Amino acid sequence: MIVRKSRAEIEQMAAAGRVVADTIAYVGEQLEPGITTGELDKIAEDFIRSRGGVPTSMGYRGYPAAICISPNEVVVHGIPGAHVVAEGDVVTIDVGVTLDGFIADSAYTFPVGEIEPEAQRLLDVGRDALAAGIAQARAGNRVGDISAAVQRLVEANGFAVVRSLVGHGVGRSYHEDPHIPNFGEPGRGPLLSEGMTIAIEPMITAGGADVYVEDDEWTISTEDGSLSCHFEHTVAITAEGPLILTMSSARREGSKEPSLLQ
Amino acid sequence: MAVEEEKIEVEGEVVEALPSTMFRVQLETGHSVLATISGKMRKHYIRILPGDKVKVELSPYDLNRGRITFRHR
Repeated sequence: MIVRKSRAEIEQMAAAGRVVADTIAYVGEQLEPGITTGELDKIAEDFIRSRGGVPTSMGYRGYPAAICISPNEVVVHGIPGAHVVAEGDVVTIDVGVTLDGFIADSAYTFPVGEIEPEAQRLLDVGRDALAAGIAQARAGNRVGDISAAVQRLVEANGFAVVRSLVGHGVGRSYHEDPHIPNFGEPGRGPLLSEGMTIAIEPMITAGGADVYVEDDEWTISTEDGSLSCHFEHTVAITAEGPLILTMSSARREGSKEPSLLQ
Repeated sequence: MAVEEEKIEVEGEVVEALPSTMFRVQLETGHSVLATISGKMRKHYIRILPGDKVKVELSPYDLNRGRITFRHR
């Protein structure tokens, strides 16, 4: 069942969203060759708690860390640990924060130092695919409009969309209805309406779409070892159009990345 | 955190080994699917041969393609 939120509840989610966005930006700044993903996780946890929030992922279905850090061929749910970040890596930081009972979820793939031009292209397409999906998040559209927009843009650029991982509604729970695949047909799927709060999260690869779960039961990597990226925002569907709840103030000022559609 | 789509698990028998470690598998349901070998099995160098009884994972979005996740003794 899709749970819609009142304007007041969306405001509360936006407060959680600001912590998420600032955490991602802060961790991004610490992403230097030599640091371990375990150290980054501690930095993220301390930052989230200093803002009065709780890292949603910690203990969620047994997840052992505060955030997910997924380097290179790891698509999602990389458990922070001994991996040493290296020049040329592309590292996805995926953060969920619970603040006063509401959850916001966002992710960003950062380049570390100089990366291959194809890797940069993958990242650019990933960000654009998220923007294309968000643009479809309007009352009266259907989930399939978001899915198709993401898929078309990604495949037009020669990259692949992961099938087995999907976006989701979010609010008082981490994962709510509906599922939001990153591939599909326009005009299909659940109807989008005002008050819905969803996490749109294209996960794309430079090779095939197949992924597998590693022996640690969490880390999900590409079958063919190709690079992957993941960009995610929590978006509220409002009368005025899609409202991104997880945009950081740094991004709004246009400091690092091009700002996404509001 | 992303959500993993619900997968459908079925039993089948390998009918044919194809190029690129793809296999044609006849499912207990009667359907024949094209299947890859899972990354986990690849990592452990587990060989699959015609006649093997296997567990196949199907995505609800494409019921003609699957992934072999387990080979029975």
